[in-house]
Amino acid sequence: MFIRHVATAIVALFLTVTAAQAGDEKYITLVGTTSTDNSGLYDKLLPLFTAKTGIKVRVVSVGTGRAIRLARNGDADVLLVHHRPSEDKFVADGHGVKRHDVMYNDFIIVGPKEDPAGIRVLKDVGAALAQIANAESLFVSRGDDSGTHKKELSLWQVAGVDVSKASGTWYRETGSGMGATLNTANAMPAYTMSDRGTWLKFQNKSALTLLTEGDPHLFNPYGVILVNPARHPHVKAEMGQAFIEWITSPEAQTVINAYRISGRQAFFASAAKNGS
Amino acid sequence: MILPLELDNISFEAGGARLIKDITCRFESGPRTVIIGPNGAGKSLFLRLCHGLIQPSQGKVSWHGGAAAEAGRYQAMVFQRPVMLRRSVAANVDYALKLQHIPRRERAETIDQVLHQTGLRRLADQPARVLSIGEQQKLALARAWALKPQVLFLDEPTASLDPAASHGVEEIIDAIHAAGTRIIMTTHDLGQARRLADEVIFINRGRVLEKAPAEPFFAAPENDLAQAFLRGELLWWSRGRDNRKGEQSENGEA
Amino acid sequence: MTDFGDAFAAAFALLVSLDADLTGIVALSLRVSLTAVAIAALIGLPAGAALALFRFPGRTGAVVALNALMGLPPVVVGLIVYLMLSRAGPLGVFGLLFTPAAMIIAQVLLVTPIIAALARQVIEDLWVEYEEQMRSLGAGPGRAVPALLWDGRFTLVTAVLAGFGRASAEVGAVMIVGGNIDHVTRVMTTSIALEVSKGNLALALGLGIILLALSATINAGAFVIQEITKRRHA
Repeated sequence: MFIRHVATAIVALFLTVTAAQAGDEKYITLVGTTSTDNSGLYDKLLPLFTAKTGIKVRVVSVGTGRAIRLARNGDADVLLVHHRPSEDKFVADGHGVKRHDVMYNDFIIVGPKEDPAGIRVLKDVGAALAQIANAESLFVSRGDDSGTHKKELSLWQVAGVDVSKASGTWYRETGSGMGATLNTANAMPAYTMSDRGTWLKFQNKSALTLLTEGDPHLFNPYGVILVNPARHPHVKAEMGQAFIEWITSPEAQTVINAYRISGRQAFFASAAKNGS
Repeated sequence: MILPLELDNISFEAGGARLIKDITCRFESGPRTVIIGPNGAGKSLFLRLCHGLIQPSQGKVSWHGGAAAEAGRYQAMVFQRPVMLRRSVAANVDYALKLQHIPRRERAETIDQVLHQTGLRRLADQPARVLSIGEQQKLALARAWALKPQVLFLDEPTASLDPAASHGVEEIIDAIHAAGTRIIMTTHDLGQARRLADEVIFINRGRVLEKAPAEPFFAAPENDLAQAFLRGELLWWSRGRDNRKGEQSENGEA
Repeated sequence: MTDFGDAFAAAFALLVSLDADLTGIVALSLRVSLTAVAIAALIGLPAGAALALFRFPGRTGAVVALNALMGLPPVVVGLIVYLMLSRAGPLGVFGLLFTPAAMIIAQVLLVTPIIAALARQVIEDLWVEYEEQMRSLGAGPGRAVPALLWDGRFTLVTAVLAGFGRASAEVGAVMIVGGNIDHVTRVMTTSIALEVSKGNLALALGLGIILLALSATINAGAFVIQEITKRRHA
């Protein structure tokens, strides 16, 4: 009686609403890191792919850890992240077909303009971090299991500092993305490690400045992987592969190299010429 | 025809107390019955047991010897405080008729008729809740009348009304009776009882102590508690007043 | 304080230019939240009424649980819906993840308890007043539900508005199940979160002002409609 009417009304309502967007759109789902998205590179790059192939790219931006988990569940077609060990494991476990180099940039250490720990003069990131630890100057970490976070932890190892003991004192873990962490660092102010792309684009950094760059340890490579259709049959393998081929093609690689933020090059193309 | 209404040794218990005790009673068609008694005697409970709003703890209520299917359809009840839905006067009557699946044209005719007969026609499109309580009570009667009930129960219908409104309500009750409906009502107003009753039932502490035609009753009731009540004593039960043999003093009675 | 001034300026600029991205985001936000609230009302109003009117074993527990569910954290709901809709999950075959449909589902789960719990209270109170007369007229609890819902409509509209407020303000659930995909699942709240993460605080605040204005407009509209109908029917 009543319940029946209510139930049909609900179903009808839901169907009309969602049908509107079911559509015949050709698209792939790309899951990637917030750092790449926030840099603005995708806004420049992806429309070119769509113009060429008619395939739209739906970008879901989350931390590397979550991106990989989403891809493992089969909720995406293509994975583009920046943590080599995790990427290799992803392929080794059979969730990805093959890892391709796309581009790289670097990480930097930023901190308060007054530089209380005096790291500006140091070129060596290990030494810089050790000095911050010694001075017990405030350092903000993403603490979110992302590629950036894992990289940061490896640098503390290089510096020979055990930060887990200092958590909550001078070492503050925000458990959030790069943007939120930079907001926090700017407000304290504190030192933090960021990728160059996010840093260049970021607006709320009036209390911070770039202090350490160029150390080989700060190298930040990005890899792109097609989610394995053998494991997840619904994956749009053809379209996803087309994307990978395109983004590693000379056309896309030139655009990547040409991308500037505040006049500076943000990413360096690195796809091998023969596409490996 | 759902009458006669028979109550066979009805009792009702709540909260550990027996509020209605061993009532056996029969209502034929015809007279207007008025039920009187002190506050807390159980008059309202009795009415609700008759109408089926409450089930007796013991005993049986039967209509037409148990042969009346859906006796509820042919009864109606009006309460001390009228309950109106948040809609217009006419719509309130319409609601009651729709519940009985009466077709639209017949509903419209009936509504017009009862509103006219109760003097409410000019208020038909007003929100029911802005009416005075007297007018709302007339509306409650109109709504009940629209159902063309064979029996109309009324629980102290004028207790919340001023004298003028009470008078209007009594006239409507008269009219409903004249049109053929059996009236069974309670009141604490003895004057009203004298005006309206053809038959009187006196209830005290959950028991029917006397049932008699109105004239002889008001002239000289047989039961001495009824006599006391008519004299204006016994307005409410109080403990320790009753040491009569045959009457057990029970605690917990309200 | 400059941030606030910049925020108002940003909001104004966006509105005046009828920025295409903004209109798309606003339209999607309204579509998702209004749909979710409509569905939640269709489920919650009769459910709340039924809970108010019928007695069954465990009823008290159900009432308490329903009231508690009003405080469901959006991010928890988002997580649960993600696990359900993920390809690795039970409903993955429908491919609903990262679509507005998923966002609607999550918001329905958030809003229905609010509407149902408030409806239950309203109907329960009304039934105390109406029960005897309704039963006398032949309407037991089942048949009385529509009339009770209609009579309680003013309070129930407020309950629905409360649900809408919850839906349009939350970011946790829609972020997880929608993915904040540009032009597909980006709504006001996730846009604001995105701009904050980019450090564009003034723009984020500006969007926040627009969101507030939107909510205020809808509530004002509902209020006016209520007043008009009150005069007519009371």
